[in-house]
Amino acid sequence: MKPARFDYLRAGSLAEAHEVLAAEGNDARIVAGGQTLMPMLSMRLARPKVLVDIMHLPELRKITDDAQAIRVGAAVRQAELLASPQLAETQPLLAAALPWVGHAQTRSRGTVCGSAAHADPSAEIPLSLIALGGTIELASRRKKRSIKAEDFFTGMMSTARAPEELIEAVIFPKAQRGYGYAFKEFGRRHGDFAIVACAAIASDTGTRLAIGGVADRPMARDFGPLDGSALDDALDEFAFDLDARDDLHATARYRRELVRRLGRATMEEARRCRV
Amino acid sequence: MPRLEGHARHRVRFTVNGHMAEAHVEPRALLSDVLRQQLALTGTHVGCEHGVCGACTIQIDGVPARSCLTLAVQADGADIRTVEGLAPQSGQLSVLQDAFRRHHALQCGFCTAGILMSLDRFLKDNADPSEEELRDYLGGHLCRCTGYVPIVAAALDAAKRLREGATHA
Repeated sequence: MKPARFDYLRAGSLAEAHEVLAAEGNDARIVAGGQTLMPMLSMRLARPKVLVDIMHLPELRKITDDAQAIRVGAAVRQAELLASPQLAETQPLLAAALPWVGHAQTRSRGTVCGSAAHADPSAEIPLSLIALGGTIELASRRKKRSIKAEDFFTGMMSTARAPEELIEAVIFPKAQRGYGYAFKEFGRRHGDFAIVACAAIASDTGTRLAIGGVADRPMARDFGPLDGSALDDALDEFAFDLDARDDLHATARYRRELVRRLGRATMEEARRCRV
Repeated sequence: MPRLEGHARHRVRFTVNGHMAEAHVEPRALLSDVLRQQLALTGTHVGCEHGVCGACTIQIDGVPARSCLTLAVQADGADIRTVEGLAPQSGQLSVLQDAFRRHHALQCGFCTAGILMSLDRFLKDNADPSEEELRDYLGGHLCRCTGYVPIVAAALDAAKRLREGATHA
């Protein structure tokens, strides 16, 4: 398994990366950490004409924050975000979910924005963006735009990014007082793709639950202050609405059961974690 | 760096185990293949070639990474360390390598180089790891011989010896 031929350009500036994307569109692919793109190249599922390496652009290597949110640049590695100071306080959902992204040996190279770009339905970073109501910043030669995560992820490995656009950053809202956050995942082994991944955010008005690994993209639903069998019924409805499919790893029925049980456990933990 | 044409070979330079190395590669050349085929560093093994098995794990700029998921051109200018760089000198094993030998932490040896490169870094960051932390970390590697028990034992033993100040076997 070797990649087909492609040109390689180590971008010296953002403008240079934008130029190549504008000129070559879908024939160009951005490479950052390469942890999802490289397997696709080797299996020849992707055959770009040119790879544009953005890892040497210092403006993309930054994690910045303000009172409301954490902004993660396109060249920030997953391990760097996980190691950023006080992440467990500023956004406990990210601190809980990131250790489930691949393995330590791939988080050392893989980027946060690369995972968003790839949009695997079972991936933890897109799930966290959907759960938290995050934002994706896109830029092309002509314009910049910000798009909500729920509008960005459009299906199985597909996004609203236009061929000439580059993801410059993703933005995660910070934890708020009075809210609780929890993450749980079930896979065959730690580091495998999630069969079902759950992220929950609890407040005094109810609990939001986002599910990865079931539908063609991560999906969230807001539940009111339900409990007992009323919550069971609401979760059952959510589980069926996700339209689970049978595959090699698990049956649709099994996935629905995980949504009901692991989903409920995640919601309960988020409620307990409210501060 | 100009745009490197896909059909041509281009010079890349990086340090490998402290020495400057140079290779001429197509942009599509995987770092794992360049290490093995051009630089004759065949201690790094190639298993699945899509990042799952961990056999090809090396250290790039000090952190464990899959050499099969890295292009040689991406590594231009990087500091690379492979299993050949672990032993302090010819004929002498590192503390970790020696623990692997004493605990029979390898049988066929195919996965071993990658696991050593991962654990070498892990034990620098975690001087006193728990078995659970080790097992979680080793989740990034597949071994089909040992069942992992002797690997975990060797790593715990190496950690203890390193804490006691051992510098080599």
